[in-house]
Amino acid sequence: MSVLVYVEHAEGKFKKSTFEVVSYAKAIALQLNTNLVALAIGSLAADQLSSLGTYGVQKVLHVNDAQLGTFNAQAYTSILSDAAQKEGATVVVLANSFSGKGLAPRLAVRLKAGLASGVVALPTLLGAALSVKRTAYSGKAFAHVKLSGAINVLALNANAYPASEQPVSAEVVSLTSTAKASDFKISVKEIVRASDKISLPEADLVVSAGRGMKGPENWHLIEDLALSLGAATACSKPVSDAGWRPHEEHVGQTGIAVSPNLYIAVGISGAIQHLAGVSSSKTIVVINKDPEAPFFKVADYGIVGDAMEIVPQLTAAMKAYTQNG
Amino acid sequence: MRILVCISNVPDTTTKITFNSDNTEFNSSGVQFILNPYDEVALSKAIDLCEGGKGTITVIHVGEASTEPTIRKALAIGADDAVRIDATPSDAYFVAYQIAAYAKDKNFDMILTGRESIDYNGAQVAAMLGEFLDLPSISIIKKLDLNGNKATLSREIEGGKEIVEVEGPFVASCAEGVAEWKIPNMRGIMSARTKPLEVLAAQSLETLSVVEKFETPTPRGAVKMVDAANVSQLVDLLHNEAKVI
Repeated sequence: MSVLVYVEHAEGKFKKSTFEVVSYAKAIALQLNTNLVALAIGSLAADQLSSLGTYGVQKVLHVNDAQLGTFNAQAYTSILSDAAQKEGATVVVLANSFSGKGLAPRLAVRLKAGLASGVVALPTLLGAALSVKRTAYSGKAFAHVKLSGAINVLALNANAYPASEQPVSAEVVSLTSTAKASDFKISVKEIVRASDKISLPEADLVVSAGRGMKGPENWHLIEDLALSLGAATACSKPVSDAGWRPHEEHVGQTGIAVSPNLYIAVGISGAIQHLAGVSSSKTIVVINKDPEAPFFKVADYGIVGDAMEIVPQLTAAMKAYTQNG
Repeated sequence: MRILVCISNVPDTTTKITFNSDNTEFNSSGVQFILNPYDEVALSKAIDLCEGGKGTITVIHVGEASTEPTIRKALAIGADDAVRIDATPSDAYFVAYQIAAYAKDKNFDMILTGRESIDYNGAQVAAMLGEFLDLPSISIIKKLDLNGNKATLSREIEGGKEIVEVEGPFVASCAEGVAEWKIPNMRGIMSARTKPLEVLAAQSLETLSVVEKFETPTPRGAVKMVDAANVSQLVDLLHNEAKVI
């Protein structure tokens, strides 16, 4: 028996969300009184792989060849399912990331496993089954799902479980790929990364703005505030619909759901669809000129005032704070 | 070209979500149900691809008879025919299994879904279909171009995008931005009434996931207001009280 965690990386480095996923999987391994095995696919240096021991991984399986440098849902499913069976895994944990969403469902079908995605808390053990809390209704509710597969797959949301160090020494084992030739029907032509931007779904801090900004020409105020905090930028649906900002920044029920430590909403009234996408934020700050804006009802802190005046002041105060602190 | 678009029936985005007294079931009384917005954008993309008689679109839905207005809406927007698998869609595995059972001998060139349903938010059906049908699957795409038998798709990744190419049949789940939403016109609405809607029995299947209970988020405490003349106080509160910076 074991718990298997799939460790995602970008450009040869593990992401913060990967350490969250590993820490979560470690906690489950402790619940089950068993070992934690990690599986990494693609090009990674030996010291990166062994660094997973910091978070309690006892064994790291590494699979790499020329075809595995980019994500391939079918090939990665073959490798992951074979590893899960070989290691006798009863629980497989992945990030509920974009790639995780391509991988976990295929894996669940291949392994005839129970699957819960959007998981936000540790499972409760119910004999051989487990019950796990996941988001539902686009952030408006949670569902407790009972999984009763002989093996179960959990896909953990970003920022839902804190990474915690519990060092052990990790044995790194290189394995040959078990992917089939027929798995490679998709070819990756190009990967475009906005290197100067912080990834919104995983961000710790988010500055988001709405129609209260009056037009795209005022967005430098939002970008300055985000820069002063090291935050990702986001926007409301009307703003992305109007083409003021790209769709990737749209937070809400039909956009991205975020769960940062701090969500600052500027000039967003707080329609129910928007609130759904931000409800799992730890702290919410609302800046709006309308004291009756519904967003204030779900905020932790609020300022009533004109965004054009308040935002630059807040940016200046943040800069003063970071310089002194 | 033949495209299959998978659609689900979900509570309207403005719905206040409540549950029955023991929190085991969604309280649907007075709730307006709609075509899942992401499925609608997938359908809109299919319509763009088939424009000018280049193909036909079948929509498939796993659900009870009460969901037929949503299926008719999809036909009004522009699907050519529809299939309803008569069953309660208990989980994504069940839904994908039913759709795969229908699609396996139909030779669709492309199967599209929305990125996720706005009620269950599983984002699972597309990749599961790919696995059941042994087809490549691309989850959460924002762009899809066809050039003969070759499709170029842009898939979301954290902090960027990945451009992929695939030849032959595939499954993809669509996010907003992949196409402009289509609004049904009067001719579409009229013709939707008479377009074929086939109802098929479901295959029996043991499901491995069951929702035991629901929970609504705990409400936050009262908002603490900061004076607009003293913005730096907010920074203090975020640092010392909320401890988020």
